[in-house]
Amino acid sequence: MQIYLPIAEVSVNAFLLLGLGGMVGVLSGMFGVGGGFLMTPLLFFIGIPPAVAVATEANQIVASSFSGVLAHFRRRTVDFKMGTVLLLGGLTGAALGVVIFNYLKSLGQVDLLVTLCYVVFLGIIGSLMFIESINALRKTKKGTTPVKRRQRGWVHALPFKMRFRTSGLYISVIPPIIVGVIVGVLSAIMGVGGGFIMVPAMIYLLGMPTKVVVGTSLFQIIFVTAFTTMLHATTNYTVDVVLAVLLLVGGVIGAQVGTVIGARMPAEQLRVLLAALVLLVCGKLALDLLLQPAELYSIGEAGGH
Amino acid sequence: MIRLIIALFLLCKPVHAAQEQVVLGLSQDRVSITADFDGSEILIFGAVKREAPIPDGPPLEVIVSVVGPSEPVTVRRKERRFGIWVNTDSILVDLAPSFYAVATSAPFSQVLTNTEDLRHRVSIGRAIRSVGADMNVEGAQNFAEAVIRIRENEGLYSIRENTVAVDEQTLFRTSIDMPADLTEGDYLARIFLTRGGQVVSQFETTIDVRKVGLERFLYNMSRQQPVWYGLMSLVIAISAGWGASTAFRLLREK
Repeated sequence: MQIYLPIAEVSVNAFLLLGLGGMVGVLSGMFGVGGGFLMTPLLFFIGIPPAVAVATEANQIVASSFSGVLAHFRRRTVDFKMGTVLLLGGLTGAALGVVIFNYLKSLGQVDLLVTLCYVVFLGIIGSLMFIESINALRKTKKGTTPVKRRQRGWVHALPFKMRFRTSGLYISVIPPIIVGVIVGVLSAIMGVGGGFIMVPAMIYLLGMPTKVVVGTSLFQIIFVTAFTTMLHATTNYTVDVVLAVLLLVGGVIGAQVGTVIGARMPAEQLRVLLAALVLLVCGKLALDLLLQPAELYSIGEAGGH
Repeated sequence: MIRLIIALFLLCKPVHAAQEQVVLGLSQDRVSITADFDGSEILIFGAVKREAPIPDGPPLEVIVSVVGPSEPVTVRRKERRFGIWVNTDSILVDLAPSFYAVATSAPFSQVLTNTEDLRHRVSIGRAIRSVGADMNVEGAQNFAEAVIRIRENEGLYSIRENTVAVDEQTLFRTSIDMPADLTEGDYLARIFLTRGGQVVSQFETTIDVRKVGLERFLYNMSRQQPVWYGLMSLVIAISAGWGASTAFRLLREK
């Protein structure tokens, strides 16, 4: 069934969108990742204009993060104070990101920027995940469990210290704000939640306890992506609510299915598969940049020159 | 001298005999872009009304063209920089129709002479080239050609020779396919009657292409009340997320 998307102004198969949403949803349920970093490039591949894909994906992430954070509220694993500090950085970053996005859009370089960001980040995340899961596989064979370390160093020497009771931390607010800004910029440019950057940063850089990390990052992501959605909706008019709803429906159902599958399957092997998938998407995007395109010319909207 | 006058007279004759007029019919004079819109086919048919008998000479040919709303577009060219392909230079084409289809009753070169094409801007190249891309920029022509090439590949521009059926030099019909990715606006349908490559009569009408219903509502809202549109998107997203997680929790608890 073809459906005409009112903002993207393209006609796509509704079941394809539901399927994509479902597939990425299954992955996000299985691995506990947001899935934005896979969904946005997949939307490029099926012909959604990048600007619309990025803005709409931000809207969809609001929904998936909201359904995720509810479970953490119930378990009281959200550090609101830390979340708020990260959020302040995130909002600043998102505003900055949208300014950069719109400036490059006027230069005609926004597709390049988005693709480059994806190649770099998917490449890094994919490789790290691949290495880590291979190591984990080896360790499970040997029968040892990985030991988590907390780094304490320059982060604790900075001024403006604040007490975060839920996390049991007394640290400067500067690192979380910087982490927030970076995640906010990425959220606006790439149409991702940024959990894949924030979670490692919270554990290794800020030294937060693992149990509050996911809930707190989801809490921050909801507000940052909501803000990003509003910025894109009011400056670029690129949020396609029909597209978002179709992806959402597939996504939330897929996520529940994924959670069930994830609980039954060996996590390490699956993680290798996810890493391979991430690297595959990264490779496809990189090839688009490296190989000579069949058509050197492209038509863009007028307005910017 | 007399020969010349006769020759001129003969040349002018088709113009004098231009008592042929188009009586047009359209299968639809509006195209509604609904949620399940995936293209449309418009049947354009008509008859030639004339007071006098069918003139001698070359047979009557028919050209039907449908032109979508024109808007300025920026055309960008990629070049290899630092090993990757990036947009380097761009040109603003003032007006390029978003859709352009030409159907003819015979090969294009037979139904219309170059001069007449230039005058009436019928062929795709003329429709684009006639609008002022800045010709001072080096290779501006390449950019204009790129617009045509890209849009031909997307099925937005097309020239379909021999697709207008003409019966007894009086009745004609053709169908124009319109793809799913249409822009909104007034589409101009032009019908030319030609004899020996000269236009003897022409007729114009508009086809209204509009988003309707939900599509219309959402599009208007996103442009006119972006803040409310953004908030609405968020409310829908949040309630869908909350609804789904609650629904699945209830299912699991049972």
